[in-house]
Amino acid sequence: MTSISFSLNNKVAIVTGASRGVGKAIALAFADAGADVVVASRTVPDLEETAAEIRSKGRKALIVKTDISQKPDIENLVKQTVKTFGTIDILVNNAAQLVVSLPSKLRDDGWDKMMNINLKGCFLLARETSQVMIEHQKGSIINIGSVAGMMAVPYESAYAISKAGLIHLSKILAGELAHYNVRVNSIEVGLVKTRMSALVWKNPENRKVWENNIPMHRIAEPSEIAAVAVFLASEAASYVTGASICVDGGAVLAGFNPDIMGATLPEDLRIHK
Amino acid sequence: MSTYNFSMQNKVAIITGAARGIGKAMVRAFLEAGAAVAAIDLDGTVLEKTVNELNAEDRRILKVVTDISVKNQVEKMVAEVVDSFGTVDILINNAARQIWGPLLKTKEDGWDSIFDINVKGGFLCAQAVRDIMVNKRSGIIINLASMAGILLDRNNGAYAASKAAVIQMSRAMAGELAPYGIRVNTIAPGITDTRLAYGAVVDGELDARFKGIIPLGRAAEPGEMASVALFLASDAASYITGTTVIVDGGMSISGMNANTTDS
Repeated sequence: MTSISFSLNNKVAIVTGASRGVGKAIALAFADAGADVVVASRTVPDLEETAAEIRSKGRKALIVKTDISQKPDIENLVKQTVKTFGTIDILVNNAAQLVVSLPSKLRDDGWDKMMNINLKGCFLLARETSQVMIEHQKGSIINIGSVAGMMAVPYESAYAISKAGLIHLSKILAGELAHYNVRVNSIEVGLVKTRMSALVWKNPENRKVWENNIPMHRIAEPSEIAAVAVFLASEAASYVTGASICVDGGAVLAGFNPDIMGATLPEDLRIHK
Repeated sequence: MSTYNFSMQNKVAIITGAARGIGKAMVRAFLEAGAAVAAIDLDGTVLEKTVNELNAEDRRILKVVTDISVKNQVEKMVAEVVDSFGTVDILINNAARQIWGPLLKTKEDGWDSIFDINVKGGFLCAQAVRDIMVNKRSGIIINLASMAGILLDRNNGAYAASKAAVIQMSRAMAGELAPYGIRVNTIAPGITDTRLAYGAVVDGELDARFKGIIPLGRAAEPGEMASVALFLASDAASYITGTTVIVDGGMSISGMNANTTDS
């Protein structure tokens, strides 16, 4: 039995975008590790499924309908969590949306959407949550970024920039909050099998091209991202703060090939020279 | 109970630089997690003390005194590990030497010694276990770099250069071995309470120069590097390869200006 602890026993965690994909996997993994989980997203029926699975693991689940682009929703999420559990130990900023477009064709509202949801929403929730964590002098914030925030792939445009912003936000938060014993880190997700990345894996031929260009030759399961979130939230990561953990099967190592991978994309996302 | 397997039961780990500091903490952590551990070091005396301290009835630990910068010694060591434990699952390239002073005043043999242990040693060890891991289509290599390989402390340029080399070498290994199911990653420690910290930590206390630049306000315990290694070696890190995990209490967030005097 190891004296190093990966347990989250009796911790209280907020996970946004917990209705499906990576967020759901994280919420369930946290419950497995012993945490009670507040599940937040815009779709309550999906959240009810996640909550039921958490409860079947013997942990408590609280559903809070939340649109992270709406400030009152964020304030309500934090308020409901503290009202129910008295504290917040872990925040996972996972909720995000994807708009794809080459930058020369990106509309104003596409840019705004990416910044408001993927960056500002995460900032607002981190700020509100940090008040509670500062008060209790403990906490762990995990921001779900993307390799798109590290590699400048043109068609990911505003999404990529919002994620690059989130990676930096994570470090900015870490620099201040460490003084209150609150650790902040980000996970840079590569290819993972969720609804958001369907463009890449729904078509079997496209999927093969993308997987061949990742050193590990496969796409990740959401649980493989969730595992890293469990580690970061645990005592095993006690000296890890301000870090950006790449969970990408080596994708950043290999880079993006516009000729090969770009060829799998729809016409309007390909750069025509 | 976590669904992820952080257990090292039935795994065989080679850990270099095992006699002290981070290496010793890793030996302890992997033994506690159920691994069979081959503890490797150049210093036979201290290695023996460490192994005796950590040994227990339900544990499997082997010590092999090795100069990892010498190819035939490395090969002999790996052969001995396979002979004792049957295979190699995990290699932790932790052994390192430190050197202080301006880079351009470093003596030639000092430079060679740093690169021989910090870079060539890791290369030779990885080379020696490569075929074993490739044949099994599984394995983990963890290379210990340093924040010095990413930022600069102004007085250990040769060490810093060697650690930067480790980071890139680690990425090259990762790219090569990924198709065989072998994951290779780097841990970059910040200031840790060990011999290599030399004056940064005195009697467990972080020197005043560094207090302001480490957001967590303290040095790391060696065990806080061991826990990261345990994570990287586990199934929880199944999609992580080719990356560097910075474990520095936030030191690198805003650079590393320790206001050390230039010499």
